[in-house]
Amino acid sequence: MPTFTLNGQPTTLDLPPDMPLLWALRDVAGLTGTKFGCGIGACGACTVHVDGQMARSCITPLSAVEGKRVVTIERIDQDPVGRRVQAAWRELDVVQCGYCQSGQVMAATALLKSTPNPDDAAIDNAMSGNLCRCGTYQRIRAAVKVAASSIARPTKGA
Amino acid sequence: MSILERLQQGAEADAGPDAAVSRRAFLRAGAAAGGGLLIGIALPGCSAVPLGGGPRNEKPPEAAVGQATTALSQDSPGLAYSGFIRIDRQGAVTFIVHKVEMGQGTFTSIPMLLAEELEVDVTRVRLEQAPADNKLYADPLLGGQVTGGSTSIRGAWEPLRRAGATARAMLVQAAAQSLKVDAGELTVANGVVAHRASGRSLHYGQLVDAAAQLDVPKDVPLKKPADFKLIGKPVKRLDSPDKVNGRALFGIDAKVPGMRIASVAACPVVGGKLAGMDEARALAVPGVRQVLRLDNAVAVVGDHMWAAKQGLAALAPTWSGGPHSVLTTDAIVADMEAASRRDGALARSDGDALGILAGTRASQGVNAIYQMPFLAHATMEPMNCTVAVSAEGCQLWVGTQVPVLAQTAAAKVLGLPDEKVQVHNHYLGGGFGRRLEVDFIVQAVSFARQVNYPVKFVWSREEDIQHDMYRPYYLDRIAAALDEQGRPTAWMHRITGSSIMSRFAPPLVKNGVDPDAVEGARDIPYDIPAQRVEYVRHEPPLPTAFWRGVGATHNVWVVESFMDELAAKAGQDPVQYRLALLGKQPRLQACLKLAAEKAGWGQPLQAGAGERVGRGVSVQFAFGSYMAMVAEAAVNAQGEVRVRRVVAAVDCGQVVNPDTVRAQLESGVVFGLSAALWNEVTVDQGRVQQTNFGDYRVMRMNEVPRIEVHLVPSSDKPGGIGEPGTSGVTPALTNALFAATGVRLRKLPVGDQLKAAAG
Repeated sequence: MPTFTLNGQPTTLDLPPDMPLLWALRDVAGLTGTKFGCGIGACGACTVHVDGQMARSCITPLSAVEGKRVVTIERIDQDPVGRRVQAAWRELDVVQCGYCQSGQVMAATALLKSTPNPDDAAIDNAMSGNLCRCGTYQRIRAAVKVAASSIARPTKGA
Repeated sequence: MSILERLQQGAEADAGPDAAVSRRAFLRAGAAAGGGLLIGIALPGCSAVPLGGGPRNEKPPEAAVGQATTALSQDSPGLAYSGFIRIDRQGAVTFIVHKVEMGQGTFTSIPMLLAEELEVDVTRVRLEQAPADNKLYADPLLGGQVTGGSTSIRGAWEPLRRAGATARAMLVQAAAQSLKVDAGELTVANGVVAHRASGRSLHYGQLVDAAAQLDVPKDVPLKKPADFKLIGKPVKRLDSPDKVNGRALFGIDAKVPGMRIASVAACPVVGGKLAGMDEARALAVPGVRQVLRLDNAVAVVGDHMWAAKQGLAALAPTWSGGPHSVLTTDAIVADMEAASRRDGALARSDGDALGILAGTRASQGVNAIYQMPFLAHATMEPMNCTVAVSAEGCQLWVGTQVPVLAQTAAAKVLGLPDEKVQVHNHYLGGGFGRRLEVDFIVQAVSFARQVNYPVKFVWSREEDIQHDMYRPYYLDRIAAALDEQGRPTAWMHRITGSSIMSRFAPPLVKNGVDPDAVEGARDIPYDIPAQRVEYVRHEPPLPTAFWRGVGATHNVWVVESFMDELAAKAGQDPVQYRLALLGKQPRLQACLKLAAEKAGWGQPLQAGAGERVGRGVSVQFAFGSYMAMVAEAAVNAQGEVRVRRVVAAVDCGQVVNPDTVRAQLESGVVFGLSAALWNEVTVDQGRVQQTNFGDYRVMRMNEVPRIEVHLVPSSDKPGGIGEPGTSGVTPALTNALFAATGVRLRKLPVGDQLKAAAG
């Protein structure tokens, strides 16, 4: 019976250990902000953080998060970096249909937590696994940079 | 619905015609249930819009969907309302929105139109999604409750502003009576009516009950464009906050008490049937509750998707493919090629194009065959529908561009009257035409009627791609004769492909010509004296549907590629060649000049080691908007393509939200590039071969070009902007690849074609 920390809460789910985290989040825990896009880790819509690292929840079995900290889009505003990423996304009007954007925000937050001032190559590297059918990439790139610069100036925002 | 019923009791008045607008908006006003002011906006139904006789592009192809909506629902659109506004005693403004938000920004631009004239803070306009009701919420351009065809702003432009202006006038009148002053002495801003002379003021919430008792004033003047405070200025998207914190609810996020979750598999061969399955093995999977079957599909219902998916794998359904079991893409195309040799239905005939072409030596003319593949929509949110069927009726939780079609389709499956089906519409995780279709809703309802609990049916990505309704395969034959100066004297274009409009609304297909299939072909902007455009309808076994950019996405590619061929044949610069033929199109000329200037047309390009580089151009008038686009592409020694830059110059009339216009063009460009570079749906042994994003490739962050959008200022009525980016970028790209390599690509996708040329 997998036990882990979900958005800060100790959580035990009576679910099979091979069940992907995505379905546990969406169908059991009721956290529908994390999206299903492909089921094979090819689109990034299901991106969450596991112990602060980006993970594709559709191919992450519950057994792999045993004892770990899982954070989803619903609580990424508790993270100062996540909060700045969300603010940058709003400031630049990144979203269109919005379906992929939970995953984009989670991927960008993970990137900026490990690389506070990424160049274009680092952004490409971190974000190219997150598909957006509305083609908001140009704004995502700009928003990552806005978020990075707001982190560099900690008095502003947050 | 109570506020709608209340509305029917309100006073009706004709708000009077706007001199510049032929369609008259009608307004009703009355007291809202629970207090407050209620305004209903009504437009004469679709019959008032000329069909084919009006200005070009007045009626988009998706009008066929509207027509189908009207034909199926027992309602006549008649005096159709396109929205309702409620202002409550706190001054909060609620708009019952007749459109859906699928990324295009309508949930921001529509409140802007209202807030501009109503004089309220746009962020305080709350939106409620309208229920399915063709009588109340038909789009004036589409003739049904449909979101599509880049029509949302075009349809709402005049009536929503008029509704806002009229409501404001009533609130001001109520304030004048309360303050016992002349209305002319009052000013309005931010939902507050002020009397400067006495320093007194009242907010809208204090005025709504009195305003609701007033007669609706006639002929309230609308602001002049120079006085706009919001329209034309960038306004932040109102749906942004919920889309970056996970709270935005899409159809797939529906939560219904007692709901279970199902994974679905339909027969992979069109027209085939379920042959067998191992039900016991599926039921043995922990969490699986039930196995449901249709003639051509199965669903495994579980406590969660994982149980359902594992159950479906254990079920291992087998299929009997039927007559299409041996179908291949090659066979489909061979049939189409044969059909394209027939004379087609005549879509346009000016002058003696055939005679001129017959008398032209091959060396003085150009002819070519162009081919575009089947395409999937691949919305990020896979098809899904949550259904609850009970003795009382049926409820659907879904994201759909066509709530009335969804309602009537479900009612038909269940043998219920339409009003027994309730549609809870949601945000759409992408539409692109896919959610104009109700096939997945019909399937879900057909399963759900077999159980007495709510079920969410979710298609896997593989199911979504292999059971899409595809953008048709088109095969075009095109020819032109040139005079001594290289100007075209005759033009002949024969289009062969599926007719989507024939499925939705056969009456719109007149004399064998599907207006969608020939859009952008029979109305080319160029000054060519003799033109003949024909259409050959040819239906392949695969189901076909509208896809972003509809007819124009196909025809603008063919026409603009061929114009490039003519320029090359004439030995002229592609931009100058087009400009010379656009003498009657000053707005397109302006766009073309601007795009060329901003893109640095004619200036040398930097190439990396082993790279060949080039620029290509396209011009179009589609969806009521004028646009020119320049793409810059590089091809490396291996024949791999990199799109470096795309520059668009667009005149879409009065811009409502400039940032949304830019965003939509950026979006259309990326959508079009994925398709042009890589996408095709192919068939072998009757089965679609593509499965997921691994083999149906979508452009990624590291592949996206720099996209620049330049707006040509205009106060003409707004044109559509959701689709032109897609139709414009494809020919700009292939023309750029020609400029770079000298290889003319007449078949999409680009794929490995230049690798073969390099190799």
